[in-house]
Parts: sequence; C-alpha cells; structure tokens
Amino acid sequence: MELDRAIARDSPIHRADPRLKLVATVATILAITLVPVGGFAALVIAWAGLTVASTVAQLGPFRLSRGAFIAAPFLLAAVPLIVVRTGNPLGSIGPFTISGEGLVMFATIALKSWLSVQAALLLTFTTPFHLIVDAMRDLRVPRILVGIVSFMVRYLAVLGDEATRMLRARAARSARAPGGRGGGSIGWRARVTGQMVGSLFLRSYERSERIYAAMQARGFEGTFRHLAAQPVRAEAWAVFGLLLALLAGYELAAHLVLPRA
Amino acid sequence: MTTHSHPHDHADEHAHEHSHAHAHAEPMPDADAPEADPSRWIEVSHLHYAYPDGYEALKGIDLVVARGEKVALVGPNGAGKSTLMLHLNGIHEPSHGSVRIGGTLVERRSLGRIRAAVGLVFQDPDDQLFSPTVRDDVAFGPLHMGLDEEEIHARVERALAAVGMSGFERRLPHRLSLGQRKRVAMATVLSMDPSVLVFDEPSAGLDPRGRRELIGLLRALPQTMLVATHDMRLVAEVLSRTVVMDDGRIVADGPTDRILADATLLEAHGLEAP
Repeated sequence: MELDRAIARDSPIHRADPRLKLVATVATILAITLVPVGGFAALVIAWAGLTVASTVAQLGPFRLSRGAFIAAPFLLAAVPLIVVRTGNPLGSIGPFTISGEGLVMFATIALKSWLSVQAALLLTFTTPFHLIVDAMRDLRVPRILVGIVSFMVRYLAVLGDEATRMLRARAARSARAPGGRGGGSIGWRARVTGQMVGSLFLRSYERSERIYAAMQARGFEGTFRHLAAQPVRAEAWAVFGLLLALLAGYELAAHLVLPRA
Repeated sequence: MTTHSHPHDHADEHAHEHSHAHAHAEPMPDADAPEADPSRWIEVSHLHYAYPDGYEALKGIDLVVARGEKVALVGPNGAGKSTLMLHLNGIHEPSHGSVRIGGTLVERRSLGRIRAAVGLVFQDPDDQLFSPTVRDDVAFGPLHMGLDEEEIHARVERALAAVGMSGFERRLPHRLSLGQRKRVAMATVLSMDPSVLVFDEPSAGLDPRGRRELIGLLRALPQTMLVATHDMRLVAEVLSRTVVMDDGRIVADGPTDRILADATLLEAHGLEAP
C-alpha cells in the first residue's frame, strides 16, 4: 500500500518544478470548474488539452481519461439534480419528472469532475509524492498540515505492511475441521476484525511514541526545520506564465465565445 | 515490546520540549573543556528510574565508560537496557541519580548539547527514519542543531559515505532493504558528529550478509560505543567490554572474554555463550 502514484518517465512535465506544477494543477482545476453550465465545447477542449498533456508525459493519450473514472461514485451526489431542477420536462420515471436543464447540469458536473480528477492525476503520475509535500511546504501551506501529510506518506506503507501481516496470521489460523463449516459466524468475524483494528491502532500509537523519541534524540524541539528550497528557474516561470495566460484565455472563450447547450 | 515504548511516558517529554526551544545553539561538549575527563566520558551514577505508572525499570545503575571504549550491554528482555539508553541523551529524566556525558550533566539546560553529543540508533529503522527521503532524514539532526546549509550538505554526504550509502540521498526509506535502512539510520546520527554512539539491537532481523556488513561498520567507527544486544557473537567480535544487566541492575561488568567465558553467570541471567 502506497500513496506514491508517480510513474517514472522522462518528460518535460516530469522535470517541471513541482511547486509550479502544483499551482498550475490547482489553476487548471479552477478553470475547468468555472466553465459555465452547458459549456460542452469548452470541456471538450479541456479534455483535448489533458490528452495532449498525458501524451507529452509519456503516459499514453488516454491514461488520464481512464484513470479519472475512479471518482465516478461521487457523481451519485449529483444525480438528484436531474429530477430536482424544474423546466423543460423530457419525460418521467415514476413520480419523478426528468428536466432538460437538470440533465444538462448533471452532465456538466460529471464532465467537470472527470476532467478535474484528470488534472490531479497528471500531477500525481508525474511527481513523486515527497516532492509534492516539499512543494506544499515551499508554497506556505500550514506546517502542521504538511507535517501530517508527510508522516502519512512515510508511514502508510509501514502500517499497510503491519495490517498485511496480521491478515496473513489470521488466514494461517483460519482452519476448517474436516466436514465442518469454516470461518465462524458473521458476529465472530466482526469481533476478530474489530480486535485487529484495535491492535493496529495500539501498535501505531506505540510506534508514534518511538518516532517522537527518535526525533527528540536528534534535537527536535517542537518546530520542524527544512533545507532551503531551490529558487524557481527563469524558464520555468516563463512556461508557467504562458500556461496561466492560456488558462485565462480559455476561461474567457468559455464564457464569451464558445457555444453552450 | 521494549521498555522505551512504554505507553504512559510522553507527558513529561512534552514538558522538556517547550522549555528548551533554544538549547540547540549551545556548543557541543568538548574534549578540551576543563571538566571533560576522557576516562570518564560516560558517567552514570546511582541512576534510578520509575515509569509514571510506578514500574521501576532502573534500580541504581553505576557505570563509567572511557572515551573510545566499546561496550556491550546485555541481559534479558525487560532488564532495563533500553531505559538506560534513553537516559543517555535525556529522553528520560532520572528519578534519582545523574548522567554525565563528557563532563556535562544531562539536564534540561544541556539537552541541546547532549543530543548532539550522543547519537541514539533505535532498534526499528522505521521508527528512526521518519522523513520522506533519505537526505531529509540524515539532514534532520544537523538542521535542528542550527548548522548552516553548506555544513549540513557536507555532513549528509560524509555520514552516508561512512555507512556505504552514498548516492541514496533521494531514495525513499520504505523502498530500501532492512540492512540498508539500518545503515541509513546510523547515518542519521553520524551526521550530528556525536562522540558517543548508542545502539539498540543493531543486528536484529539482519540476514548473514547484512550482519557481516554491520559488524565491519561497528568496528570501523571510532566513537565511544554502547551496544544493547542479544547477539553474543557480535559482542565477541566487536565489543571489548561487556556489562550484564538484569532486573534494573548491573550484575556484571568486565572484559568481554571473561564475561563470555563465565557460563554460570550467563546462564543465571538468561544469556548464552556465542
């Protein structure tokens, strides 16, 4: 189990400054979010842009499009819009009337979330997680948050290993008498699982105490210190500026020029 | 579970924390300082320690170690080895008695200096390596000592070279093997340039090759060394003096050959000859 989803490739996007990449990702998601309802032409352009980026990053053109479906379950929250919005009835299912406006709104939200997840995936596929954490710190995200994320990155894998070992130990002892029914009742299983979660929590708690002692032993006194960050290179600023200008132009076009449904 | 992971002892550690925000600026103990006597580099006197729940882990420890000496700390689980080690750089505060390192009393005022002088290497490298990358972790100690960047980079490089892990700066700790993580854990304290190294079970869990490498490394390091271990072959090969602990007390202290030859003593304290 690991948080790091970076795919090692050599591409301009991989080499880009993580701080600028992080800001550019947030700006891209913002630009997608601000596209007006029904601005499908604009959303198709955004998808084309992300597909090009995916290709440039040597991930294959549709890697992001496919990967972004993981967020599909969250769309359930937007489903009621189809019947809650009024106007232009298209038909009805039982007591519910499907509205055309509601359908357009749902489709817009669905596409926007799908595209936003793609933008976030582009960042995580091309940037090792610890560099994202460093970037957050350099961008003055509150230290306590950065600290939490940093420890999570480091210890999720350790915790995952511990959980795996416990599951394996349980499996090794989950025998079945010849002819008997194995596995026990649902209640029994639930109790065993609960005990495992509890013991995992205790182990993590004890580990946290040992980690804290190890930090103190090396002079930690309550505030994190870090090596100074490298300055952003001039060319990187130029590319970043160009990208922001593109996003601004895109936004204007989405509102003023491109057709809407 | 070893005693240093005792669940109730963090309240007083927080107290340490906040009262000494600036201790790191003080200089390290110095061999040339008038009070430093190389023959009494580590000096533990009448040390008693009870955990907050009343469990008495140390019942009067007296121990003197000369500069450059390499000492094994052996004894059954629960003998108090880890608790003693945590006193050497002030993670625990004695209930009675005192600890001096290079003539400096371990107390709240001197914690910054003491922690730079005593490098503690914990048993599980996953506890010691808490930063996202190897470099961040090896730089952690020097950074919190308040050194300047150039010096920190130089120390990181030197420490990794000393444990044979040069070139691993950007690697992630959880992608390294146990042996590699143990070596990086050593580098994280070597980068602080300590005069004393304290190891908790350094060979636990290592395969034969990892163990050989570790033994070579321990022999090569010039620092004063205190090693808590159950690995009697490591003791025989690396450490010239052996201290046997049992039930919070020191029950024997002498040259390793003599201690390891005393089968009755070893048997009485749950140990075995190599």
